[in-house]
Amino acid sequence: MNIIPNHKGLFGNFGGRFVSETLIPLIIELEKTYKTAKKDESFRKELAYYQKTYIGRSSPLYLADRLTQALGGAKIYFKREDLNHTGAHKINNCIGQILLAKRLGKNRIIAETGAGMHGVATATVAARLGMKCVIYMGSTDVKRQKENVYRMNLLGAKVVPVNSGKGTLKDAMNEALRDWVNNIETTFYIIGTVAGPHPYPLIVRDFQSVIGKEVREQIIKIEGKLPDILVACIGGGSNAMGLFFPMIKDNTVRMIGVEAGGHGIETGKHAASLNGGVPGVIHGNRTYILQNKDGQIKDAHSISAGMDYPGIGPEHSYYYKCKRIDYVSVTDKEAIEAFKKCCYLEGIIPALESAHALAYVTKIAHSLSNKTTIVINMSGRGDKDISIIREHS
Amino acid sequence: MKLNKRIINCFEQKKRAAFVTFITAGDQDYEKSLTLINSLPKAGADIIELGMPFTDPIADGEIIQKSTQRSLKTGQNQKKTLELVKAFRLFNKKTPIILMGYYNPIYRYGIKKFIKDAKNAQIDGLIIVDLPPEHAQEVSVPANKQGIDFINIITPNTNIKRIPFIVKNSSGYIYYISINGVTGGSVPIFYEVEKAVKLIRKYTNLPIAVGFGVKNRNSVKKLANISDAVVVGSALLKQIEIHCYDQKTAISNVLNLTSRLSRGLVKI
Repeated sequence: MNIIPNHKGLFGNFGGRFVSETLIPLIIELEKTYKTAKKDESFRKELAYYQKTYIGRSSPLYLADRLTQALGGAKIYFKREDLNHTGAHKINNCIGQILLAKRLGKNRIIAETGAGMHGVATATVAARLGMKCVIYMGSTDVKRQKENVYRMNLLGAKVVPVNSGKGTLKDAMNEALRDWVNNIETTFYIIGTVAGPHPYPLIVRDFQSVIGKEVREQIIKIEGKLPDILVACIGGGSNAMGLFFPMIKDNTVRMIGVEAGGHGIETGKHAASLNGGVPGVIHGNRTYILQNKDGQIKDAHSISAGMDYPGIGPEHSYYYKCKRIDYVSVTDKEAIEAFKKCCYLEGIIPALESAHALAYVTKIAHSLSNKTTIVINMSGRGDKDISIIREHS
Repeated sequence: MKLNKRIINCFEQKKRAAFVTFITAGDQDYEKSLTLINSLPKAGADIIELGMPFTDPIADGEIIQKSTQRSLKTGQNQKKTLELVKAFRLFNKKTPIILMGYYNPIYRYGIKKFIKDAKNAQIDGLIIVDLPPEHAQEVSVPANKQGIDFINIITPNTNIKRIPFIVKNSSGYIYYISINGVTGGSVPIFYEVEKAVKLIRKYTNLPIAVGFGVKNRNSVKKLANISDAVVVGSALLKQIEIHCYDQKTAISNVLNLTSRLSRGLVKI
């Protein structure tokens, strides 16, 4: 297993830097800066400082007692990334990347966003470091995530609605990449997931790995052993990679990534790139993609804006191919059921994205013994999704 | 490596810079697109870059994005684009045709099969915007074996140390993108383009084409003086966009503009 990408940025055959020549010097510069920063004690200290005092790390590992009882099987823990500042795991990555932007002397930040959580986290860290910030968001998502749009505005960011395509995350990413090409001197692009041209998948994985590192220590303290199963939802796959990666070499730990099954894989209306896609090249990397037989990218569908993306991080494609991680999917409907269950059983309103991971666990928990421990990444809070749930009730 | 004669002849015979037109294959529809490319050489196009439409053209500005969408709506795909070139070759053996676009439609088609079919259609070269030299050998090696040139891009942002690496892996010509930006964007700064072209010439004997942001005859004239070819795309496709409800006017306007702009090419 190659857990470090090769000199071309490839994990096996996936990843790479499939971008136009204009961007190549920028990503080479970023790679160099990141390598230096990683070894630099002052960078690590600064990152640790923000993680502790600004994000509020570490996040708790919480025993979901009533859910465990209700399902009657495996012991279920939540990794509470929803308790982070800005309400999701996204800020782990944003704070790291903006510190790299500062080292590179850039003062303008751009980002794409789907549900708005990455946009909010980016706008937040840009405000904190006093940088200009422009967020690209598909016009469909602008409509379904109004609160987050206003939140970004309050934080001083400009939100640009993107009308091309279906107006979702993919289109927002296209537009952010175009902005970057047009403004290379001043601008740093904070990619929100473990995708994009190398070194982004690696950088985002490293900054998100704080999740899995904490889980490792926490669960050993509580249970005296590593968890049996890790479960996380996957859109681009950053929260999953953050949870999984620090235990990827621990062969006893089973890992399950849950894709958005939308109306069901068989309907074609879903966002399950691994379960319903084929390899291709988009947004700077080679990975599994939803596409038609002509190689045109298909629109994804998910009730959850954060998972409404036709690609997936290339490292996930690699682990799928070499079978280290299992990738499954749940439907919109199953995610909504799990969302509600979590609310009334645990008093926790989960993000619709995280509800996908929950939904899969509700399917398997009863068939496992009470000695089995499962850790679900509660990747975000669900306040942003309340109106969507109301519409579907 | 086989050399592509059509491209070599095109540059050798010309006593002036070549005029390169970019058109999206299947814009309007297949038939109109064929009519247009059949007429372009007579209007003044020395080389035709034919865009392979893709849903997510990240290096393109609004005009080419819209052109791509119009084309995809009519059901254009890689197979039809190759057929278009085959049909064009029935009456034109001379004008080089370069397919330009993004990697995924080729990757999905299957690289081996694509190169075979492209050779069959008498394609002369490929420009794949999101396939930098780091990864290009996946395509350039089999393409070169079949006499299809692989044209690489250099931009104002390209580090000087990269230039030898890029030109070493190029054939046909070098595509110098005159601005740091997407297609149809800001106007290039001529003395900077001139400096860059001179610099690239130190590393290669390949002809150098300049494109992006070329909108009028004056720009064509200035760029023709300092390079081997001038590429115009968005300005032509804009005509199709404006006259999308009157396809005949759209075609005649593109041809008129081609002939007006190509007359800007002066002797060098």
